[in-house]
Amino acid sequence: MPNTPDTPVYVTDALIAEDIDAYLAQHQQKSLLRFITCGSVDDGKSTLIGRLLYDSKMIFEDQLAALEADSKRVGTQGQEIDFALLVDGLAAEREQGITIDVAYRFFTTEKRKFIVADTPGHEQYTRNMVTGASTADLAVILIDARKGVLTQTRRHSFLAHLIGIKHIVLAVNKMDLVGYDKTVFERILLSYRAFASEIGITNFTAIPISGFKGDNITALSDNMPWFKGPALIEHLEGVEIAAAADEAKPFRLPVQWVNRPNLDFRGFSGQIASGTVKPGDAIRVLPSGKTTSIARIVTLDGDLDAAVAGQSVTLTLADEVDCSRGDVIAAADAPPEAADQFEATLVWMADEAMIAGRAYWLKLATQTVSATIQQPKYEINVNTLDHLAAKTLELNGIGVVELSTDKPIVFEAYADNRTLGGFILIDKLTNATVAAGMLHFSLRRAQNVHWQASDVDRDMRANLKNQRPALLWFTGLSGSGKSTIANLVEKQLHRMNRHSFLLDGDNVRHGLNRDLGFTEADRIENIRRVGEVAKLMTDAGLIVITAFISPFRVERDMVRSMLPDSEFIEIFIDTPLAEAERRDVKGLYKKARAGQLKNFTGIDSPYEAPETPEIRIDTTVMTPEEAADLIIDRLLG
Amino acid sequence: MTDTLTHLDRLEAESIHIMREVMADAVKPVMLYSVGKDSAVMLHLARKAFYPSPPPFPLLHVDTMWKFRAMYELRDRMAAESGMELIVYQNPEAKERGINPFDHGPLHTDMWKTEGLKQALDLHGFDVAFGGARRDEEKSRAKERIFSFRSGTHGWDPKKQRPELWNLYNARKAKGESIRVFPISNWTELDIWQYIAREIIPIVPLYFAAPRPTVERDGLLLMVDDDRFPLLPGETPALRSVRFRTLGCYPLTGAVESEAKTLSEVIQEMLLTTTSERQGRIIDKDGGDASMEKKKQEGYF
Repeated sequence: MPNTPDTPVYVTDALIAEDIDAYLAQHQQKSLLRFITCGSVDDGKSTLIGRLLYDSKMIFEDQLAALEADSKRVGTQGQEIDFALLVDGLAAEREQGITIDVAYRFFTTEKRKFIVADTPGHEQYTRNMVTGASTADLAVILIDARKGVLTQTRRHSFLAHLIGIKHIVLAVNKMDLVGYDKTVFERILLSYRAFASEIGITNFTAIPISGFKGDNITALSDNMPWFKGPALIEHLEGVEIAAAADEAKPFRLPVQWVNRPNLDFRGFSGQIASGTVKPGDAIRVLPSGKTTSIARIVTLDGDLDAAVAGQSVTLTLADEVDCSRGDVIAAADAPPEAADQFEATLVWMADEAMIAGRAYWLKLATQTVSATIQQPKYEINVNTLDHLAAKTLELNGIGVVELSTDKPIVFEAYADNRTLGGFILIDKLTNATVAAGMLHFSLRRAQNVHWQASDVDRDMRANLKNQRPALLWFTGLSGSGKSTIANLVEKQLHRMNRHSFLLDGDNVRHGLNRDLGFTEADRIENIRRVGEVAKLMTDAGLIVITAFISPFRVERDMVRSMLPDSEFIEIFIDTPLAEAERRDVKGLYKKARAGQLKNFTGIDSPYEAPETPEIRIDTTVMTPEEAADLIIDRLLG
Repeated sequence: MTDTLTHLDRLEAESIHIMREVMADAVKPVMLYSVGKDSAVMLHLARKAFYPSPPPFPLLHVDTMWKFRAMYELRDRMAAESGMELIVYQNPEAKERGINPFDHGPLHTDMWKTEGLKQALDLHGFDVAFGGARRDEEKSRAKERIFSFRSGTHGWDPKKQRPELWNLYNARKAKGESIRVFPISNWTELDIWQYIAREIIPIVPLYFAAPRPTVERDGLLLMVDDDRFPLLPGETPALRSVRFRTLGCYPLTGAVESEAKTLSEVIQEMLLTTTSERQGRIIDKDGGDASMEKKKQEGYF
């Protein structure tokens, strides 16, 4: 048979045959490593996986017979065995000759069991690679020795790094096709190292291989005496497993299920995300912040003395404290924070693009909350790694966003804890999983988590209304068109289900400000009060619209300073005095010219035009409707 | 370097996590129980996941009336031992028409198993069904999700499956849709056997070699489990030391000649053997190469 390694390398047939119990005892102690293979269609990825399965005897004779027949019928390797056919699963794919989804394969060596995520290298399938990488401890990045470091190599490396994979293997494949040439390998190594350090990969292992011929897979190859190792399998058997590294971190258990078989037992079930736990340990339940200690670790096989990261357990607590699904039981002296506003990286996975401001379900560990995403701060081009301005994220788009949740969630930065930092977004209508995300940090100072649950703040109120509060401050001469346009704007907002309130100058003077006249001091107080009322209304989550002449820059700036950045939107209705006076809708200019009105702006009192308004409306070239459209666009666009 | 947890520990923890996660969103879950070794492991994991409560869902056996007698015995025993409700469903139409593997070929599997399963799920309104399928069994299953979404008519669309990241499963669904959940997706046949040995899980004795009455037919060794087995002219059941690597309807399940009487010997034989697990099953071969994928689109597990 072609391509069979000279010696069976993994499974000690002799031991199995002679002393099965000794073999089984040894096999019981194996650990589990998950890795992904990334490469393009032609890098020989499926061939490599087929080779690993074949060499580790995970392929039986009947499968082999089918494989040989298939190889002759549809294989791409002439009369030789096409290992790729072993792993290209779905019928449609076999005809196209490419893999289009994530497939999981299994093989075992003497030291480890392996789960391989076979992820496609085709450009539009960033989604699949991120999916496969999310559970991987290690990534094998395949390079065709004849082609060297390609754009897709950079893409795969960036994604593996993004998802937090600590162990990167650069497998330079098809060495048989370049005459096992050392200089080819070294040239590729050099160019990859330059790129890797650019994106923050400090450590990787490069191995020259031939998946097709079996070189440097299970053992060092005589064809490349210049390579001192390790062979691929040897390396895979040696690297540290991510979950094992999590044992050293503080204890966290996201509660999945409350176990209540009867009134005397109340257990909290979940998989330990990090750390270790034993009876007597002081713990804190988040987000409530209540403290108690571990009473028992309960299992079907009897209570445990201790449990570690990765184990699924049921805990009972010494005191009766409120604790339900979504809560996190954590080490009392090192609890994680809770917050409701975050910066995060998003990988968009749905055909429908992200919609800023729309509410999605966010699932993180066992917590599910409603979340809205703001427009991306930037999108990352996975090929060039450039940061690009973006209004949304399309399928396979990766960007950095700010998001807010309708209630605080217990979290950690993804870099510190994958379980408490990785999340998915779910479309509320279709229930599709539309994005994967990784939290960077919370946007506000951590608060005492004990108080947060009852703390309804302005963001939560605004989120409930599904909008960002704002103050649209119209300024301009009397008769410039402020009230007309402001009214049109509010009508449009109302039609769009936005919660708004129009504070009109004349109306306010009938009530709140009826005690004020038109002296300079009274005019300033008028604006101050209007500013304070507008601020309260934005705290309530409203989009507030004001239409006051507000002739003085300093008053307008005073109101601006009362509000959070970017919420004060100054709209200058720019109508020349001559035009306003020609319209004179209320006959006021006529009165002022006749001396019947004192301190009338533009006549005997100055108007200080805004120098840099957020929006300027020139009413000599625009109808009120066009002006309203423009303002709505700028506000919501 | 040493790892605190072995591969079996990690597989067990993952499966338990999956089962508990289902309970968050499921309205009326059920565990499909076929009495085979994979079902035995799945049931054992469910008992561990929810202990000291009994698993909070019933067991559903979609019966064909043609299982091995020893399977029915173990089924009833395990249901009693686990404290779970056992629902046995037999497709009434198949029963009425007397559909059987001898006279009806592929129709037998289609009506009893595929149709029977759909009927049982619809009848009881189960929205989530645990199944014991493993990714290493068959090529199209390697790409199956752990949470597999089915349309209102139980169809499976490979293009519409949701990405599964980390250990986060999205179990939200619209009215009428259902989910098949495969908690032992990442287990291999060897893992199953190792775990049965480690946890001392009861399995049907047919997995161990014993002298059994068999006939050889179409290249398969079939066990004559009861007197419904129609012998062809010239066929006489002969006692052979055989065991089974998979269990299904006895007239459709081929035995292998074996002397393996203990778990260790079974594993030994498995490791040294040269044919794959599903090879003894007839149904995979109906319809050629992509037959399992086709069955799945029709609603078979």
